[in-house]
Amino acid sequence: MTGTESPGQPKQNVVEKGRTNRRFWRSRRAVFGSLFLLGICLCALFAGTIAPADPIAVSINNRLYAPAGVQGGGRYVLGGDQLGRDVLSRIIHGARISLLVGVSAALLSGTLGVGLGLLAGYYGRTVDEVIMRLADIQLAIPTILLAIALVGVMGPNLRNLILVLGITGWVIYARTIRGVVLSLRETQYVEAANALGAGDRRILWRHVLPNVWTPAVVIGSQQVGFMIILESALSFLGLGVQPPTPTWGAMIADGRGYLATAPHVTTFPGLVLMATVLAINFLGDGLRDILDPRLRL
Amino acid sequence: MIAYIVKRLLLSVLVLLGVSVVVFSLVHFAPGDPARLLLPDGALDEDVAIVRQALGLDRPLHMQYWVFISRAVQGDLGRSLYYKQPALGVILEHLPATILLTFSALLVSLAVAVPMGIVSAVRRDSPWDYAGMLLATIGQATPVYWLGLMLILFFAVQLRILPSSGRGGIEHLILPSVALGAPLMALVTRLVRSGMLDILGEDYVRTARAKGVAERLIVLRHALRNIMIPLVTIVGLQFGALLGGAVITETVFAWPGVGRLVVDAITARDYPLVQAATLLVAGYFVMINLILDVLYVYLDPRIRYA
Repeated sequence: MTGTESPGQPKQNVVEKGRTNRRFWRSRRAVFGSLFLLGICLCALFAGTIAPADPIAVSINNRLYAPAGVQGGGRYVLGGDQLGRDVLSRIIHGARISLLVGVSAALLSGTLGVGLGLLAGYYGRTVDEVIMRLADIQLAIPTILLAIALVGVMGPNLRNLILVLGITGWVIYARTIRGVVLSLRETQYVEAANALGAGDRRILWRHVLPNVWTPAVVIGSQQVGFMIILESALSFLGLGVQPPTPTWGAMIADGRGYLATAPHVTTFPGLVLMATVLAINFLGDGLRDILDPRLRL
Repeated sequence: MIAYIVKRLLLSVLVLLGVSVVVFSLVHFAPGDPARLLLPDGALDEDVAIVRQALGLDRPLHMQYWVFISRAVQGDLGRSLYYKQPALGVILEHLPATILLTFSALLVSLAVAVPMGIVSAVRRDSPWDYAGMLLATIGQATPVYWLGLMLILFFAVQLRILPSSGRGGIEHLILPSVALGAPLMALVTRLVRSGMLDILGEDYVRTARAKGVAERLIVLRHALRNIMIPLVTIVGLQFGALLGGAVITETVFAWPGVGRLVVDAITARDYPLVQAATLLVAGYFVMINLILDVLYVYLDPRIRYA
């Protein structure tokens, strides 16, 4: 892999001009996405320094305080919530949980899914059959429903959230990686390694695994956004990291009762959440285009 | 054909059995004694022991599962602790609302996405194309529940033209369906667009054009028909996501379906109801996919099943 040059780069001619233009546009989106994400990461890392106020300091006088630019507002840039807490500071601190859960869960499910996909694709037969039936079973239960049930039973905390989301997300990796491995198994270098007497473990580790990195990274980048949305949905239902720790989903839930009088409490965390997921998707699309433009997921 | 359906049916039963194991295990994921979960906080040890025995929790796990599954097959999915009724009955009462919502969301998303995808492909790189793709990109990144709240804010609170919650006439169905259908709409738009672009470059389309067939007919007759198969596949795969989204959407819009029932049941620690609902939702999903699999045969006569 030589970085930005990809093997499937289309030839330059009149017909391809539109495609190249779009790729350029896409990579601009990737740049934009990366910059936005960098900002969110910095917010998460240095929340204590960046946030203008204490995210959990209650201030009854500032209940549902209007955001700047609205008449009567201005003390807090994005206004205050139902307990008078600074919405902006809570959003900045909330980035921590979203990113932590999103990235950890995607890593966990990626490891699990890549491992199972390797096994299913390489060994085939019974192993494949068992793993793919497990995938069918997992798919039959809507992820969010399973997550709600599991987190509800196990108790809502950071560890359980990462564990549950990580365990429920393996299928998409396993299915894709299995397909890749199935075709890799037929390649000459795997055959050669086999003929030279390399064991299964060596072949998997040295010859197959390096070739499944690309799809795994591409899926992973897209799964982070999905996991962040899932985490926020669980938080919205009260099954996320518990208060007073600010999470975007719980903030949106807090504002629900004040939609008519103070819509800013609900609107701003949602906008940031949406922009973050959008940025991750842009980055994921960009990664896919750079790493393997033929990969369609 | 019959053999194929029988095979798919057996596979579905296998999947449901697997789901039943997951659902059965659910209460055993709880830290501590599952019997204690079913009782209020601070229950006496003697009471816990009685519940353990009554529910058979003192027997070995495989025995417990056997009892669970043999009852389930007979339609006994346990009793809801909150409603103090058989769980199956409570769920069946709520299921029609969920079916209505999911299908209405499916309809809304397809009704918007298919034309939008076609226009985006036919008028490639036009403002229509960019608008469609922008909408699709945003749709994939927007959490369903937040979109729901924004729709309520705009259409119910500010414009006051649609109700914000509850079930009633068709007007109650509009906002939840749009919110729930948005992610699928985004996905289908992209799928239809890229599928159309591929098909419009095919030889048979060129032949049709050479014959002088009107562009509109090419799109409707040749291209659209060939997009149906990937479309059915994606709908089948995404139906699970739709059902999952329904759990959240129903909560936002106070829609009296199974999703909201589950969320309330979790809060009330009514685990038998959660178990039964999970099992039935999975059954609904498996059934939809079975129907779609059979539908393939009609959509594509080339597919021959052995």
